[in-house]
This record gives sequence, C-alpha cells and structure tokens, in this order.
Amino acid sequence: MPKLTIDDIEVKVEPGTSILQAAEQIGIEIPRFCYHEKLSVTGNCRMCLVEVEGDLMASCSMECCDGMVVKTNTEKVKKERRSVMEVMLANHPMDCLICDQGGECDLQDQAFAYGNDRSHFHENKRAVAVPDKNFGPLVNPSMTRCINCTRCIRFLNEIAGAPALDQINCGVNAEVSTYVYENIGSELSGNLIDICPVGALTSKPYKFRARSWELKKTESIDVHDALGCHIRVDSRGREVMRILPRLNEDINECWIDDRTRFSCDGLKYMRLDRPYVRNEKSGKLHEASWDKAFSVIADKLKDMKGGEIAALAGDLVDVESMTAMKDLMLGLSSPHIDCRTDGSQMNTADRASYLFNSTIAGIDEADAIILIGTNPRRDATMVNARIRRNWQEKRIPVYLIGEPADLTYPYEYVGSNLKDIDAFAKKFGGGKLKAEKPMMIIGADVFIREDALALHALLHNCAEKLGVVYDEWNGFNILHKAASRVGGLDIGFLPQGQKGKAFNEIIAGTKDGSIKALFLLGADEFNAQVNIGWQTFVVYQGHHGDHGAERADVILPSAAYTEKNGIYVNTEGRPQLAKRAVSPPGQAREDWAIIRALSERLLHKPLPYNTQRELLARIKKEWGVFKTMYQITPSKWVKYAYKGKVHKDDFNAPRQNYYYNDAICRASPTMGECTEAFGDVGFTQKEKGAS
Amino acid sequence: MDSFAGMLFLKDIAKGFLLTLKYLLFKSRVTINYPHEKGPISPRFRGEHALRRYPNAEERCIACKLCEAICPAQAITIEAEPTNDGSRRTTRYDIDMTKCIYCGLCQEACPIDAIVEGPNFEFATETHEELYYTKEKLMDNGDRWEAQIAANLMVDNPDK
Repeated sequence: MPKLTIDDIEVKVEPGTSILQAAEQIGIEIPRFCYHEKLSVTGNCRMCLVEVEGDLMASCSMECCDGMVVKTNTEKVKKERRSVMEVMLANHPMDCLICDQGGECDLQDQAFAYGNDRSHFHENKRAVAVPDKNFGPLVNPSMTRCINCTRCIRFLNEIAGAPALDQINCGVNAEVSTYVYENIGSELSGNLIDICPVGALTSKPYKFRARSWELKKTESIDVHDALGCHIRVDSRGREVMRILPRLNEDINECWIDDRTRFSCDGLKYMRLDRPYVRNEKSGKLHEASWDKAFSVIADKLKDMKGGEIAALAGDLVDVESMTAMKDLMLGLSSPHIDCRTDGSQMNTADRASYLFNSTIAGIDEADAIILIGTNPRRDATMVNARIRRNWQEKRIPVYLIGEPADLTYPYEYVGSNLKDIDAFAKKFGGGKLKAEKPMMIIGADVFIREDALALHALLHNCAEKLGVVYDEWNGFNILHKAASRVGGLDIGFLPQGQKGKAFNEIIAGTKDGSIKALFLLGADEFNAQVNIGWQTFVVYQGHHGDHGAERADVILPSAAYTEKNGIYVNTEGRPQLAKRAVSPPGQAREDWAIIRALSERLLHKPLPYNTQRELLARIKKEWGVFKTMYQITPSKWVKYAYKGKVHKDDFNAPRQNYYYNDAICRASPTMGECTEAFGDVGFTQKEKGAS
Repeated sequence: MDSFAGMLFLKDIAKGFLLTLKYLLFKSRVTINYPHEKGPISPRFRGEHALRRYPNAEERCIACKLCEAICPAQAITIEAEPTNDGSRRTTRYDIDMTKCIYCGLCQEACPIDAIVEGPNFEFATETHEELYYTKEKLMDNGDRWEAQIAANLMVDNPDK
C-alpha cells in the first residue's frame, strides 16, 4: 500500500487511489470541476492542481506513489488556481443573477474561495457565439455558461448508455453538442442537471421558480418504483418545488430517474382536497363534510355482512395505512383484502420467495444475470443502471427471457416463454450456470397469470437447478414495480384464510353481487369505472382524482407521499421512511388517521391507536422486519413446491407508458411533455413504432 | 445680596424674554410650514420603496431574490416564473411595509438598482392592509418617482 504525505499528514491508501481521493480521505479539500466520483477521470479542468515535489500535477488523474510529498496550499498552487479560475471565467457570462444554479454553483463557490477578483481578459466574451441545443423538455441548456468539463458527456456515455452528447470544435470554440440536434433520449437525463458544475444544464420545469437557499430540504424516499430511491424533497411553503437524489450506495448511488425527479409537479394538479359524496339520483359527486362522508359510509355498511365488504390497496400506499385498513377489515370480519391490484399471485409464505434477495448492491458482485419477464429499464431504472455499469466494467453475460427490449447494454436474447427457460437450462447441460454469483431477476409482471403459483414453484426449482441459489449466495430476485407491494406482502394485506378473495375474485364479486362494498385505498392501477360492477358501493381514499376516484361513491381525500410520514418497504425488503415535507392540501388528512376516524363509526370498538407512534409500535410488535429501519432483515431460503400445470404462454407485461406509471405521474404536465418528446422508454426501435 | 436683587426684579425671566425677542427680530426661523414646506433630505434618504424600469420601459427586476435573502425583517416576498419571451421576471413582489425597518439593505443588495428606497416619506395610510405593498404598487411608485430617484442615484454614483 503506498504511503504518502499530503500537507505534512501521512496517509496510507489503496493502490490506484488518486491524490485527490487520498486528500479527501484525510479531509483536505481540493477544488475540482471535471472530476466526479462516479465517472471516469479526464483531468481537463486543471482546477485540482497540487504541488508534488516542486511540479504542478492534476491530482484527480495522478496516482499515489510510495513516498510522495504533496502540497495543496503553497503559494504556487494558489497562484495556479487563480489563473485557472481566471481562464474559466474569461468566457463565462457571469449572469449568476438570472442563473438557476446561483447559490448552489460550484463555479460560484470556487471562484469565491480560490479565484481572483479581477481579470486580465478585457476582450468580448465568447458567450454570444455558443448556440443552445435542444435538450428536450427536462433539461434547460444555456451553453454560454459551459466550462467544458465534459461531465455530461461522460455521464451519458457511461451511466445512462445514451451517447447523445459530445464535444465539437477545439480551443476557444469548443462546445458540447448533441448529435444533429437530437433529443437526449434517456430516462436518466435529469442527472445532467446535478452533475453540471455550472448553470449550463439546469432544470426546465423548475426554471426561475425558486432559489436554493429559500427551500426547505426534507430527506425522503421515492415511491414511483419499488426501489425506494433516496431523495431530497425541496419545498417552499406548501409546494414541492423539486426533487433531488440523495447519496445512497446501496440503492440509487447519487442518481435518480426522470420520473422520480420531475413528476413532483403532479402533486399540484388533480388533487382531492375535500370529501365528496355521489348523489344517488343525479349520479354526480358533491362536496361534503368529513362527517357527512363518514355517515354515508356507515349507513351503507350497516346491514352488510363482513363477507360482502372488500378492500384493495394501491401501489403508492404506505405500511401504516395498510395496517390500519387491514385492522378495520378484520374488525368488520371481512377476509377479502388484497394489495396486488395487478391481479398477480405468488408464494408469500416465506420472505425470500418474493424479495430481491441478492440486494441491489449485490448486482455489482454478480457475474451472470438472467432477466425473466422484466424490462429493468422500465421497471426499476436504477437497477438497470447498475447492471449496465457491471456489464461495462466486467462484460458480464446478460440473458433475457421475455419481451425484447432496449436495455442500453447488449444481452443474449433467449426467448419469450417457459419453453425457452428449459432450452436455456439445457444449454448448460441441464446443470449449473458457469458463474460464481449468478443472478436471476424475475419481473413482478410474470406472476399476472392464472398458473402463477405453479410458475413460482417452477422458477424456484429452476433457480436451484441452475445454481443461482446456494448457501452463501441467493440470486433469486423478484423485481417488484409497486412501492407498496413488499410492505403489503410483509404485513399480509392479502386474502385472509381460505375464504378470502384475491383481486380478480373481488372484481368478479362486484359484478355478481357478492361484494357489495369496496374500499379502494389509493387503488388507481386498474380502470375502476369499467371493471367494478355497477351496484357495488365504492369508497375511494386517495390523493389524486384518477381511476379510483372516477368510480367512487364516496371520496376521502388523503395525503401523498411528500405529505405524510410513512414506511415503504423496497423490493429488497428494506423498510424505509418517507418523510413529510409539506402539508396536505385543503381538508385532506393522513391515510391512517382517516381509517382510524372511520373505525369509530363502523366498529363497536375503534382501532386501538390514537397516534402514528402507537400505530408504529403495533406494527413493530407484530412484524419483526420493521424493527430495524433502513436495514434488510435476512430471510432464509425455503423450498417452495406447488403442484399445478404451468402453461407455456409468453411473458407479456401489461403495456403502460413509462411516464404515466401512477396517479401522480398521470397528473404531471411534465410527464406529459416527456411522453410527447420521448414516446416511451426501454423498447427496441421496432417495438416503439408498434406501440 | 446680588442674588436676592435678581430674584426680586425677575432677572432670569427678563433675560429669557430678551433672548426670545432677539430670535424673533434678528434670527431666521428654524421651524418650517409643513406640509407646504419640507426640510431638505439627503440623496441617500431611505424612504418609500419603488421598483424601477429601464429607459425603454422594461422592468428592471430579474427576480434574483438577493433582496429577499438579505432583508433582516423578512419583509420581502418574491415569486418568479419565465415570461413569454423566456426572460426571468417576478410574478409577485410584495413588501410588508409594516415589517420593513428601512435599513436600505435591499437596495444595496440589488445589483441593477431595481428596488430602491426613494425620497418619499409621506405614505401613511389609514389601514394596516394598505401597507402590504404589491408589485403593482411598487412599479407605480417607481414610475412616479423615477426622475428624482435617478437624480439621487446619479449624485451618489455619477459614473453609472
């Protein structure tokens, strides 16, 4: 291990560490623009110069050697930094006042800390000559501010796998440009805004709307997919202004996808802000008080038996609300509850059967990946980015069984159905994969079929045969799509006992009259208007006027994920807390509190918790996995056998536009613009044309 | 004895009257006939706020929000959006004049002399609400006082 001295401090580092990284380890700050931890090193900004035995060197690209003596604060270094800064500012327009980066700009901060207050350059700036490119509806370019650090180019090439940018011309005319004025067709394009150290790439929907210093920052969790990416919600007053990623090496590193980042304007539109009750005669929804809404529900449910009432929980619901709803339904002695509103079925007896067992960070270790019936680019964008990076670093083989897709990295297409799994297994002599840590990633959509349980058993078997699961490694992974799903499965928001009806049976029950009342807890994933029988009494509790509210007889307005504290369990089985950033609009309340209040009208004895803390205590008492927040409770692999015939249909995922994934996205104008500009994400060119 | 005589002939009172008589007859007046007459004020006088325009009538304020950030009384509220021509402008610029302490930091922070404290000090109102100034009111103030404000700024910084 090389041992070197930086500013008279001795430090021992791993071989291959750069001076900049070594300095960071001992808390010495070296200014930089082009260097980014997650991107390759180019060393073109020259801001990180340090003195190594009298010579100036770019510390980001200089490897540490044994016995090196590095100085970061000599007069020579300071003078060079001032010169670099001066050159950089020579062509920078200095329009900080109207620049959205102002206040959180690397160039601004470093000019203040390391720059000079005057310049040798009195010529006109290049500024006027650099034309703006079309970067689509999300990224707002002001290329005059660009300092040519090439972070954006490297990001798109390396992380996003959408090489849409490159540098053209040279010297003073150098500029970053798109290929023939094409859009940046990547679902990760929002990250360009974060990595751009200056205001050349800023957010278009957020343009000119706020300053970084006036925003309240709340560290929270994303709910648009089942990964639970760590985000920071920036709000001003009662409005969520923007959403940024938060560093979390286990899940999203420092990136998030565009849906997570830009759908926050959906929280402003189509909101339910007061209770509504449908007039039976006119069939129209009328505003009502909470009291009136509860009375109508109590009246309707008065003469119903428990077996005639059912409840469904949607994709954006937190664990607390589902627990309260489950308790309410059990209090009404109804066994018909389900959180799988896509109609899927799977073995939920042991946790390892429905979790992403190798963990998302485990993707980095994998040396072969089999994707079954999933398009990770659409279902879990950050997982796809990890697979891509792993492929890029180690060229691991990726196999795909299911619909062909554009995954940003090459893969071997095996086939579209189960027959192909057999053929695939045979390819390896019916034996184990030639890999140390193979991963099998199975999309949750695979289980939307009648023989899902038998299929699940077959996949279990298949995983064992292929050597995906063994004592030290569990490569059997279910990739969920809904933020609420694993939490729902963990607390058993599932049909209770033998009599309990699952989603499909509940829907059928509304048509044949056996289900007379239906609670929809944020269930917007299916077309309630068409699917739910006309005589069923529907209570919708949620935050957006979407599919569920359209069909509802009583609407109870509730809080969205930025407006309440709620636990979401991600696909790895990691319980995480989404925190309240703003207050809910109008009369909307937190979901669990609504259910608690409703229980006073419906049950003889109301639900036994008055605060969220008490509810949380009840959850932690009953389900051990919630005791350690942000940690994965290890789950044991249990063999699963289920006798049943599996038919060999293709794995077909239900088609839904990537940008219209859930109720919040559907209400977001920005997501609409994305659809217009990009169409859909993750399909091959041919498929795109067809859809 | 001397002090007794002084007391007996009301010497101090006579002296006082004499002084008053002297001011009345020989010195100029120190009071002014307000509101018909007003005292002189400095060009740097920090009075009522105004939002200015450029000579081509374009509003100056670009919503950089530095005044909002610096305001020690947090009296300023700004909201901004891109305008139709894509430039950065405020949609809302409110000053709560009842919070304002007339420290002048807003005009010092302003990089383009958009928000200024003008020479007007006579803006008393009958109700509290009238002192919640909106953008319209401030722009109107700017239009009304522009000549004087510009002259004052010129005195302070002739190069501009």
